[in-house]
Amino acid sequence: MGTTITKTQSRFGYASGLACRECGQTYDLGAQHACSECFGPLEVGYDLPHLTRETIEAGPPSIWRYASLLPVRPDIAEKPNTEPGWTRLVRADNLARALGMRALWVKDERGNPTHSFKDRVVAVALAAATELGFKVLACPSTGNLANAVAAAAARAGIRSVVLVPADLEQQKILGTAVYGGTLVTVEGSYDDVNRLASELADEHDDWAFVNVNMRPYYAEGSKTIGYEIAEQLGWRLPPQVVVPVASGAQLVKIDKAFRELSALGLVEESPGCRVFGAQATGCAPVAAAFRAGHDVVQPVRPATIAKSLAIGNPADGPYVLDVVRRTGGAVADVTDGEIVDAIRLLAVTEGIFGETAVGVTLATARKLLASGQLDPAAETVIINSGDGLKTLDAVAAAFPAATPIRASLAAFAELESHRPGKAATA
Amino acid sequence: MSVSVRIPTILRSYTGGAAEVTAQAGSLREIIAGLNAEFPGIGGRILDDTGQLRRFVNVYVGDADVRFARGLDTPVPAGIQVSVIPAVAGG
Repeated sequence: MGTTITKTQSRFGYASGLACRECGQTYDLGAQHACSECFGPLEVGYDLPHLTRETIEAGPPSIWRYASLLPVRPDIAEKPNTEPGWTRLVRADNLARALGMRALWVKDERGNPTHSFKDRVVAVALAAATELGFKVLACPSTGNLANAVAAAAARAGIRSVVLVPADLEQQKILGTAVYGGTLVTVEGSYDDVNRLASELADEHDDWAFVNVNMRPYYAEGSKTIGYEIAEQLGWRLPPQVVVPVASGAQLVKIDKAFRELSALGLVEESPGCRVFGAQATGCAPVAAAFRAGHDVVQPVRPATIAKSLAIGNPADGPYVLDVVRRTGGAVADVTDGEIVDAIRLLAVTEGIFGETAVGVTLATARKLLASGQLDPAAETVIINSGDGLKTLDAVAAAFPAATPIRASLAAFAELESHRPGKAATA
Repeated sequence: MSVSVRIPTILRSYTGGAAEVTAQAGSLREIIAGLNAEFPGIGGRILDDTGQLRRFVNVYVGDADVRFARGLDTPVPAGIQVSVIPAVAGG
């Protein structure tokens, strides 16, 4: 009999430390996101225990069913939090038929507490920030994160400080302000806001910026999208997944989740999942690098209606390139017109009103099908990362207001007679 | 004829904890060389072995990301602020 090694959980669960993705330098778990040696990104490492499907399935219907795979304390579900995750995986047969695909699923992240996947990452960042003694939760945001941070901080009873570009959709600004906290609108692009946040994080080392000094923990939250997809498919990996790319962290972490599940024996290792990235043409630095065969990403100045993806200098861009190349995927980009068409297609086929990011994702899937890079015969999952009600301005022009009628049967009959596809009656 | 340079937390061990230091105006390359002369080793943290900006460092001259300007050849006139920032943030 060999020695039994009992793995123990700390206040960060089975997380064992931080390590630089570039040079491998290791650090204790703490509030640090960049390597002191090379500026590379730090990532949480684990000493994972043996886990079974049954243990996970017995957990709560939230991301905390995967608490053992996150840098959080074992009793995290009992702390005040927004309980994100365990969103629907919708079988999209109508959409599949429209696209000529065999089997298609939509991971519908509208079901989160503030209607986007950001509630997942914020919950994990908040857990780490609490353990590290922070009393202020902060972020630079393109909007969805702002909503999630403000809500999570309110529920946890701590202050939030949220920085957003001043030209953000009104729905996202209001949807942050309502939770109280400090909301600062900043002139310029998201990249300008992000720069300010990095400088502020250096000045206020008692603030937890979820996507700056808490970023190693925060990013781990996106793994739960991957875990859920696999569990909801009956503990198997989809052959193809299409993911929107802003900073790129979501795509990288979904791939990480799939690899962890394989390594833990919770899903079959092969065939693996081909991972595809989606960008808007008005902000496509990763797609451009993919096409050019580069492994570095040249920053761009964004100009697109998909504001939640408008990050011109994406932190995880190089790793997105690594993942899509390793898995046999691709990164492509689509125009604003294609984005609006795809938002409409998802709505009319499946009753799902997604935000501009899903317009990007679905339109990119169409484009990749047309180019033959995405296999129509292979089961595919696309991510709907947020809610269309937050990006109404982007589609308003495509849906002009209807002219009112009198409240009479005759007026209604007259209207019906002019309905497209119906011949007018004299 | 000097410029001020903002130093990120992870490089402040080189500057004795100072968040802001001064350097002689010139090109960005000259400024980094000047910093390295005053704070030995700091240059190798900002530049890689081939002398290029490390891939996870952003440098701003005033409001401009130098990758949109002339990189290390970007001129830094007197009175302007240079800011060195870890690129791994946001999203």
